[in-house]
Amino acid sequence: MSIDPREGRAGRIAELYAAARARILILDGSWGVMIQRRRLEEADFRGERFAAHTLPLKGDNDLLCLTRPDVVAELHDLYFDAGADIAETNTFNATAISQADYGLEGAVRDINLAAARLARESAELWRARTPDKPRFVAGAIGPLNRTLSMSSDVNDPGARQVSFEAVYDAYREQALALHEGGVDLFLVETVFDTLNAKAAIKAILDLADEGLEPLPIWISGTITDRSGRTLSGQTVGAFWHSIRHARPFAVGFNCALGAELMRPHIAELARLADTLVAAYPNAGLPNAFGEYDETPEETSTQLREWARSGLVNILGGCCGTTPEHIRAIAEAAQGATPRTPPSLNPALRLSGLEPFELA
Amino acid sequence: MTPTFVNIGERTNVTGSARFRKLVSEGDYAAALSVARAQVEAGAQILDVNMDEGLLDSVAAMRTFLNLLAAEPDIARVPIMIDSSKWEVIEAGLKCVQGKAIVNSISLKEGEAAFLDQARKCLRYGAAVVVMAFDESGQADTRARKVEICERAYGLLTGAIGFPPEDIIFDPNIFAIATGIEAHDNYGVDFIEATRLIKQQLPHARVSGGVSNVSFSFRGNEPVRRAMHAVFLYHAIAAGMDMGIVNAGELPVYDEIDPALREAVEDVVLNRRADATERLVELAPRYKGGKSEARQADDAWRQGTVAERLSHALVHGVTTHIEADTEEARLAAARPLEVIEGPLMAGMNRVGDLFGAGKMFLPQVVKSARVMKQAVAWLLPYMEKEKAQGARETAGKIVMATVKGDVHDIGKNIVGVVLQCNNFEVIDLGVMTPADRILEVAEQQGADAIGLSGLITPSLDEMVFVASEMERRGLRIPLLIGGATTSRTHTAVKIAPAYPSGSTTYVLDASRAVGAVSALLSPTERERTMAQTREDYARIREQFAKGQDAKSRASLAKARANAFSIDWSGYAPTRPTFIGARQVDLSLEEIVPYIDWTPFFSTWELVGRYPAIFEDEVVGEAARSLFADAQALLERLIAERWFTPRGVAGFWPANASGDDIVIWSDETRTTPLARLHTLRQQMVKTDGRANLALADFVAPRGEDWIGGFAVTAGPDVGDVAQTFRDKGDDYSAILLASLTDRLAEAYAEALHHRVRSELWAYSPGEPFDLETLLAERYRGIRPAPGYPAQPDHTEKATLFALLGAEAAAGVRLTESFAMSPASSVSGLYLAHPEAHYFGVGRIDRDQVADYAARKGWPLAEAERWLAPILNYSAGA
Repeated sequence: MSIDPREGRAGRIAELYAAARARILILDGSWGVMIQRRRLEEADFRGERFAAHTLPLKGDNDLLCLTRPDVVAELHDLYFDAGADIAETNTFNATAISQADYGLEGAVRDINLAAARLARESAELWRARTPDKPRFVAGAIGPLNRTLSMSSDVNDPGARQVSFEAVYDAYREQALALHEGGVDLFLVETVFDTLNAKAAIKAILDLADEGLEPLPIWISGTITDRSGRTLSGQTVGAFWHSIRHARPFAVGFNCALGAELMRPHIAELARLADTLVAAYPNAGLPNAFGEYDETPEETSTQLREWARSGLVNILGGCCGTTPEHIRAIAEAAQGATPRTPPSLNPALRLSGLEPFELA
Repeated sequence: MTPTFVNIGERTNVTGSARFRKLVSEGDYAAALSVARAQVEAGAQILDVNMDEGLLDSVAAMRTFLNLLAAEPDIARVPIMIDSSKWEVIEAGLKCVQGKAIVNSISLKEGEAAFLDQARKCLRYGAAVVVMAFDESGQADTRARKVEICERAYGLLTGAIGFPPEDIIFDPNIFAIATGIEAHDNYGVDFIEATRLIKQQLPHARVSGGVSNVSFSFRGNEPVRRAMHAVFLYHAIAAGMDMGIVNAGELPVYDEIDPALREAVEDVVLNRRADATERLVELAPRYKGGKSEARQADDAWRQGTVAERLSHALVHGVTTHIEADTEEARLAAARPLEVIEGPLMAGMNRVGDLFGAGKMFLPQVVKSARVMKQAVAWLLPYMEKEKAQGARETAGKIVMATVKGDVHDIGKNIVGVVLQCNNFEVIDLGVMTPADRILEVAEQQGADAIGLSGLITPSLDEMVFVASEMERRGLRIPLLIGGATTSRTHTAVKIAPAYPSGSTTYVLDASRAVGAVSALLSPTERERTMAQTREDYARIREQFAKGQDAKSRASLAKARANAFSIDWSGYAPTRPTFIGARQVDLSLEEIVPYIDWTPFFSTWELVGRYPAIFEDEVVGEAARSLFADAQALLERLIAERWFTPRGVAGFWPANASGDDIVIWSDETRTTPLARLHTLRQQMVKTDGRANLALADFVAPRGEDWIGGFAVTAGPDVGDVAQTFRDKGDDYSAILLASLTDRLAEAYAEALHHRVRSELWAYSPGEPFDLETLLAERYRGIRPAPGYPAQPDHTEKATLFALLGAEAAAGVRLTESFAMSPASSVSGLYLAHPEAHYFGVGRIDRDQVADYAARKGWPLAEAERWLAPILNYSAGA
């Protein structure tokens, strides 16, 4: 594509806001399962560029943006075909910190640029095919394999494996490349440590200081179990207060739970958040083999109820979901009225692990 | 609007607390964390952390402390105020907190550019800010300067960089007053008046301040300093001050300050007279070190011997002189232990006798115990010095616990105190105690008896389990059973047979506890008592078995055919004003008028209706004194905001479906959101009365709604009670718990009133009249799962999920479906004018099977949860 991928973005963002007002938007589904099904080998991951790399690279899915772009492009097509409005770039682990496991810190910028380009190309194709259903690209920013709020050493609760500065720098590099690659919004996702997310938010907001066009931000946390808290211990309300300064386009939850167990937390967030609410649960809970076996019908039946109950503005799927799931979810959400965000009275809202409000 | 003052804990500050500074500079972070914990436990809602100390690497100290603090969920639950005069320290702190913190502080001191740059960074890290009234030309001291700087800062923040006004907190500088320098005399007034103007003119902004500065010139005279803080806050809060950095838990109540001192302090704070400082300086030494309480009018008892004085103090519950008197007795005795075994036990025996004779009542006895504890605490260090001399003889060692799954402990605590007063050693394992732990402690400690307590019905099963475990592990010590749902019959029929090798005894109330335990442990009476109990219980089992046959029940089909029928065609239900759950937080002030005091007195085993109980010949005096203490505590807990009541209410479209109630996700009434199950009366009814089920009060089709609620006096009331207990003040702990139970009930009553008149609004304009409310002469009911109209506690799970009760109100369910904290109330709302309370009574096999199928339970599970109302013995 010879044109500047950033061109026309202001218009697309306006379209995104308009579409979100009109209907429930659909995000694509899982990448892990779909890539697994391709049964790719070490050679696929290495391609020509990394043929001589010293570490094994199989499993570095984000790298496929450079080495098997055809696979990535095909997956975008499958999900758009299934009815997704928004594609996530294949960049969940594309930061210097996460890529360090593969010794690929140096490839981070290229992976993000390529990922954004592939998603944009597919989106343009589908924009042309279905002009009444504009498609969007969300730059996926994952949680990192290092955490700022939790100790890395059981004997020293104050120990940290990584510094705020390092996390900030890693996110900044990723966000810059995604921005340059033409994504329409940022999706800070699978947030299990809110402090990591706050570093990502600051990195994104700071881009404005360099004159970069501000993009909508979508923040998606992860409630890890029935306790109703994130892994770093925050309740739903505390999490929301902690990230509200991003003035997010959308906030929500994904991963860890299937729809059934996620519902109360989404309902709670829907009550609190004066912005769009998004949810993309797993296809149920993993079975004894670590596989997800909730069928598209099962998942979509539950999400249909969410849509009808006015809980959400954006729906999609996380681990274990396939294009069939997304198709069923898109059909289930069809015609439902999107949630109207409540307007909150101005109040001093703070948080520790629990929310604080002085109204 | 109710003003709510936010306490910010000040002790985690190296410049304000010498102890904290020492701990941090020595690197003893574990102890430093305990300072933070104590602040949160004492009611700090935000924690101020300050590491500004010349000899300290403040950046590293801030980072280390906040990282460690993140690993302590009981501290990290509150927001942090990152306090430093150095931006680099603040920024280091911001990089360590996942929550939304407050930065304390930024100012215009270095000019607009630096100010806005720091504010912008706060925005990006996601923090609220304290803005000090400080500009390029210095710190503001007059009202005009304070207001001028705050207005300028507000304009810059909200205008230039879009800072949310609700995230701005102004600190208009609290300076020391009564310094002897005339220019300082008006500083208090300047702050208070500036606060008033800031709150009026700068919408949504808040005002805070470091309160202890104001009394700086009275260093070393804590009583006067505390009085100055209380008086200053009283006026500043009235003017709009929202929060303050204070030593949480150490503020006296304005009204309780000695009037002479209060007037002098007020003169200083409000700058009411030219000689105010002089007068306060003159008055201050009188309060130094001493208690500022008014002198007892009747001091005659002080003339007696030390033994008489100790006895008087114990019987009358007076703590004022207890330490001095105990010390006097200790000096006169050969060994400190003799003071306990001599005059103190003599005094407690008198208390025991008077209590046994009905001349003293529970509240007084618990107060006596408080005096005893203080005396013993005074002696303890001396006794430890001569440890070799052996432990004191007690009447016996009792392990007590509220069983697993249950959180109710007022009764257990009262029994514990009464036993202690009678020289029993009590090992209290608290609430939610697993059987294993109870028995392990009993074995390790060589306990002489075990006491179990519980309030909700599933606890009955748990007690049977504990009994069977005692049998299995070969324990032979007596087991005592008490608590609201326990009964002699249940103990005889279910618990005692599970522990055939030992003796199980039901204890009706605290006044019987001493007699029961003494008899069971007495070498002479032991055998006779146990034999008598065994005989009694065998007879009860026989009677129970006979009773079982006698109760005839209608078949479920027949009962359903005789359901309560409502003419739905003639009923126009009111649509609630909202659908779904909503947090409805009422303040303590709004709740208090709804308190029903009669049950409060019965908790303390004082029988009679409020207020007639005050005139009662027998218990009147005890009731009046208890009520006075309760009122004082109530005033304090309101003024000092010890905890915050929380509640949630919700409404949903609903229709009856058989004996169930289907809750719909929306008005299309197509997708069920949940299903509530109700139970139907099966007694044989005559004269046209119906066999009721709650489902009868909801329309089977067409428009109708149901509501639900959960409220608590405060998610952390238990912690406050524990603080008293830790200080050895069981009286206040139990008083508080019995009061918070009433507050939770009052909240439920107040919320129901609000629901009827505003939220569901089916009775708009209903007048407030406590008599009417308590007599339940209004339309609609609020039945609770676990109570007679629906005895199945597990239904709470559905209700709580619908309400999001844990998140919205901070009320959790235990594995036995007890609500935690204990001072909580929940229930359904039914609005039909003919809806009324009833008891399901005993039900038969056919309904249990039907109910099990509806709940998706195996039959045995249904029989377990419904055990108390089965009309047959399960498994038979």
